[in-house]
Amino acid sequence: MSPPFTINDLWAISPEMVLTTAAIILLILDFLLPPGRRAVVGYTGLLGIGATFAALGASAGVRAEAFSGMYLSDPFTLFFKTIFLLIAALIILISLNYLSVEGVDQGEYYALVLFATVGMMIMAASGDLLSLYIGLETMSLSIYVLAGFLRKDRRSNEAALKYLLMGAFSSGILLYGMTLLYGLSGSTNLKAISRTLAAQDLHNPALTLAMILLAAGFGFKIATVPFHMYLPDAYEGAPTSVTAFMSVGPKAAGFAVLLRVFLLAIPSLQGSWVQLFYVLSVLTMTVGNVVAIAQKNIKRMLAYSSIAHVGYLLIGLVAGSPLGISAILLYLLVYILMNVGAFAMVILLCRQGLRGDQIEDFSGLAQKSPLAAATMLIFLLSLAGIPPTGGFVAKFYVFGAAIKAGYVLLAVIAVVNTAISLFYYMRVAMVMYMREEPSPITALSPSRPLHWALAIAILGILIIGVYPGPFLGWAWVSLTGLL
Amino acid sequence: MITLSHYLALGAILFIIGMFGVLTRRNAIGILMSIELMLNAVNLNFVAFSRYLPPGALTGQVFAIFVITVAAAEAAVGLAIVLGLFRNFRTVNVDEINLMKW
Amino acid sequence: MELGLFIVLALVAMASAIAVIIQRNPVYSALYLILTFLSLAGLYLQLQAQFIAAIQVIVYAGAIMVLFLFVIMLLDLRKEEQRAVKGGYQLLIGLLLAAILLGELGLVFGGGVLKGVPGEFSPEKVSALGNTQVVGRLLFTDFLLPFELTSVILLVAIVGAIVLAKRRLD
Repeated sequence: MSPPFTINDLWAISPEMVLTTAAIILLILDFLLPPGRRAVVGYTGLLGIGATFAALGASAGVRAEAFSGMYLSDPFTLFFKTIFLLIAALIILISLNYLSVEGVDQGEYYALVLFATVGMMIMAASGDLLSLYIGLETMSLSIYVLAGFLRKDRRSNEAALKYLLMGAFSSGILLYGMTLLYGLSGSTNLKAISRTLAAQDLHNPALTLAMILLAAGFGFKIATVPFHMYLPDAYEGAPTSVTAFMSVGPKAAGFAVLLRVFLLAIPSLQGSWVQLFYVLSVLTMTVGNVVAIAQKNIKRMLAYSSIAHVGYLLIGLVAGSPLGISAILLYLLVYILMNVGAFAMVILLCRQGLRGDQIEDFSGLAQKSPLAAATMLIFLLSLAGIPPTGGFVAKFYVFGAAIKAGYVLLAVIAVVNTAISLFYYMRVAMVMYMREEPSPITALSPSRPLHWALAIAILGILIIGVYPGPFLGWAWVSLTGLL
Repeated sequence: MITLSHYLALGAILFIIGMFGVLTRRNAIGILMSIELMLNAVNLNFVAFSRYLPPGALTGQVFAIFVITVAAAEAAVGLAIVLGLFRNFRTVNVDEINLMKW
Repeated sequence: MELGLFIVLALVAMASAIAVIIQRNPVYSALYLILTFLSLAGLYLQLQAQFIAAIQVIVYAGAIMVLFLFVIMLLDLRKEEQRAVKGGYQLLIGLLLAAILLGELGLVFGGGVLKGVPGEFSPEKVSALGNTQVVGRLLFTDFLLPFELTSVILLVAIVGAIVLAKRRLD
């Protein structure tokens, strides 16, 4: 009998092992430290992420189907693990001061962020429906708890409940789709499914149903219209740092598994799922952008804007070409930086007892703090997709991939949508620059870690915007093993 | 003679009942219980496929074990959220828990 | 005989599942849910999945549902009032339901189940070795990674439940 795993397998999962260990150390550290010194836990968490990054670098060369095909270690995995670690680091940086402002500086928070990141890394690396599901649930459970972290705030309670109910419901739908896929192919391994299906009659209604259920299940996770209704409430009610996490982490991980499942397991159905995602993409960006216009709360506005961005991202999948897929990866990288940056600005305006999350709260920011207003402006320009920011480059490649693949109409719809989105992004800019009287809530609560996060986000967006070549190249190389 | 189809039909019916429950129950705990029904339908599918499929690799049964484990974890977190919510709202009816518009 | 048992168990499962979602009193719902779980455990025995049948009773009906009952009792919930169907989702859900039925019918009547590659554990071998032993061996070989990861999930659930539900002294 062969051993269940080899040393090579352990090397492949070493980043996850280091990160899990770090999270457990945080839990113990939180217990040992006196109250009020909890920020130390956060900084230790950053150290843990650094160590994980080192492990990732050391194991980057390992190419393996580890643990009986459960775990794929390839460039695609490496790309996503890197951006997940980036997300975790940014989220800890923006949380360090915010948690004490909200009066909930507990060490468990950081441990849960790390556990969620472990889940995302497993998702991106999964070569089997089972490890995909386990990774997904590790991430989701951690985030349900994080969304309800402000236990005394009713909006946070409500956000956690809605996020949990919809998350568990969508997991059920996803699982049902997985059972059908298993029943039709006799395996849960993505590559084995693809092999079996390639030899089958594809007009089986059960197969179409499995595909639709998987798309619906993932649709809930990445929040495409019509599976988005829980999202604005969950985003508005959750602590702002967690909202930032929710808006980037599960979406990036959701796209990782969406690409894995649809490109690796059921590429034989591409003809049908392209049509499905075409419709979802158009619906998602249009509804997201149109509803965003009416919002007064900036967290809600950013929630709808994030829905719209999912619509743009799906265009890359519709195009289906290597260019389209690598454009998705590049877009995700930019999206993470600009979205976390925008939420970090909301945190900057937040003080105890005052939630600076109305768009009005930004009024007169340019007078009070020109630097802060300029920073926000860059994030808004990038979200809207205006050069020389990363947002422009990302949109350019995604739309370009669609045109190259012959989906000109889709690209036109996307450009029209971008124009609509300018309206609400620029309204925030107007409020910041045109209003004379500063809002009473424009009392900034700066902190050094928050500034670091903002600096990283701004630099990233501008560098990618001006010099996208290496990043696109990185995204391109990351497709090896996927297509 | 019982065939795979019998089990699949039962699984589909249970799944739809569960889904219907999620959408029509007003009580958060009722919704959680309906989700458990959906997960049980999933498990029935997995076990039935694993019994009747030629490969016989038992993957379906093992998958069902994991689904049960995760369901336990999810129920624990879900009920903790409901408890915390009840302290602040004094209700678990989702219609009444509506500070933010849907 | 076997078919008769199936029909009885299936009918009990369906009837109690319907009772779960239409009962207004959550305690009754929970009890009916336990009945559903038990009849499913019977079906798992018929499917020669003894281990799943056992954990269905011990973990699902035993642990998870007791947790539900504890919380329901703790909260002392009123009976749900007038049942109302929530708006908005209806169309989407109707479509999904229809699609599921359609697909199942396709499976049932189309004979659409496909053949895979025969694996290591044929039903005969499983019954010779014992279901629990085979499942246990699989958990520690082919499924080792997800098995270990479950420990992370359980840890998250423990930490999360304590963070959310515990009253702090401070």
